[in-house]
Amino acid sequence: MRILTTAGMVIGMAFSSAFANSPPLDPQRQNELVRLVRQDCGSCHGMELRGGLGPALTPQTLRDKPASSLVSTILHGRPGTPMPPWKNFLSESEADWIVDNLQKGFPDAR
Amino acid sequence: MLLVLALGVLSGCASPNLRGTGDLGVVVERATGSVQIVDTTHRTSLARVDGLGDLSHASISYSRDARYAYVFGRDGGLTRVDLLTQRIDRRIIQGGNSIGGAISADGRLVAVANYEPGGVKVFDAGTLALVADIPAVGSNGKRSKVVGLVDAPGQRFVFSLYDAGEIWVADMHDPSQPVLRKFTGIGKEPYDGMITSDGRHYAAGLFGEDGVALLDLWNLDAGVARVLVEFGRHGEKLPVYKMPHLEGWASTGSQIVLPAVGKHEVIIADQNSWKEVARIPVAGQVVFAVARPGGREVWLNFAFPNNDTVQVLDLPTRRIVQTLTPGKGVLHIEFSPRGEQVWLSLRDENRVEIYDPDSFARIGTLPVESPSGIFFTVRAHRTGL
Ligand code: HEC
Repeated sequence: MRILTTAGMVIGMAFSSAFANSPPLDPQRQNELVRLVRQDCGSCHGMELRGGLGPALTPQTLRDKPASSLVSTILHGRPGTPMPPWKNFLSESEADWIVDNLQKGFPDAR
Repeated sequence: MLLVLALGVLSGCASPNLRGTGDLGVVVERATGSVQIVDTTHRTSLARVDGLGDLSHASISYSRDARYAYVFGRDGGLTRVDLLTQRIDRRIIQGGNSIGGAISADGRLVAVANYEPGGVKVFDAGTLALVADIPAVGSNGKRSKVVGLVDAPGQRFVFSLYDAGEIWVADMHDPSQPVLRKFTGIGKEPYDGMITSDGRHYAAGLFGEDGVALLDLWNLDAGVARVLVEFGRHGEKLPVYKMPHLEGWASTGSQIVLPAVGKHEVIIADQNSWKEVARIPVAGQVVFAVARPGGREVWLNFAFPNNDTVQVLDLPTRRIVQTLTPGKGVLHIEFSPRGEQVWLSLRDENRVEIYDPDSFARIGTLPVESPSGIFFTVRAHRTGL
């Protein structure tokens, strides 16, 4: 258990330092991501992200889940479920920005 | 323009302003919770109706007199819009998270399929009072999301349980006492269902397994058969960025055109034997395959990232005869009742475009905020819608 926790922390730290090194997203790309999440993720998770075929992606449902595993779900999908991988369209830092905002409460389009 | 027309209607209340509804329709504005009422004769918008809640995955059924549109919203809203007075006639919040609905053969019952809490609720089409509640508890004892709800001949509703992998037939002859017939173990994750144009077969597409679950509504005792198993078996599965919609499965009478799941191709199957006839490579993961009335051509749109493209499949030659790129975010395709116009909703361009399906020339364009589904009143008289 303890070993697992430590490993998780190390991975978590590796992730956050990777993000710290990547340049912040410019506002235009942020707008594109808001649109992508509400429209294209929204086709399964709902435009309000309150769930559909896929689960709700609200702060209440995501707050206690580790960000790194959510980032990995977005980039690589969940094989055997309809959740597709987005790595061809999103960089790691973009997926991290999405998870961060989903956990805080996702901004509205426009 | 909209305002002037709306005012005209308001002030016109006193004088009789008679018109039919056969050339009308509704376009959903998915981001603003509104719809526009459109006219296919003049290719114009007549009015905008606001206040319909979350319409991010809205669908519509029509009353049998084609005057009222029942709008099923994602927030569980069920709204009856009067196309003639261009106003909300009634509105209720019926459930948590709905995905679609259907109207009974006699026009007296409106059924709504809910994801959350999973089940079907049936309402009086006139008053929107609840008449029956059918929780979708599968044989695994768990509540399941409901998809692919259609009406079927014989005052029945048919739907699929996504999580449980079941198809249920609800006989509504006594509306408050639905008689259920449940088919279990029909396959993993039915993601949508449709009824063939003759009203005989209910088909559910499977996401978690290969093939299609098929129920012959003339012979329920025969149970659910698995057909087109070979479909999806070859090669690598590609990611699906939007689930296909089967309501659009083009059933042309003798042939049926189905989007493959995780493949950039459509399958043409024989509608009697349900055997594959051909497999046609297309521009992406198909979302809607819509047959032009007359059934010669099938228009296709695609999931992200190919959602700027529309292709036209000619059935006799089995060739893609046209590829159009009308704009970003093509969400839906709807033909006028006799197929001389086709309307496309372009979500990211905030407009609806109208094409002549013979010449492929653009013959009209309407400003519509984030348009998704387009629903013409001809649907009022089609089984399954
Ligand atoms: C084709 C449907 C579909 C699309 C499109 C889709 N998802 Fe999902 N997503 C799912 C499903 C289904 C699950 C649940 C998978 C499971 O059963 O574990 C899921 C799970 C998730 C989870 C994990 C949630 C949790 O509570 O563990 C996240 C995060 C997520 N999706 C984010 C996204 C984002 C961001 C996008 C768009 C970039 C997206 N999804 C697009 C279907 C989809």
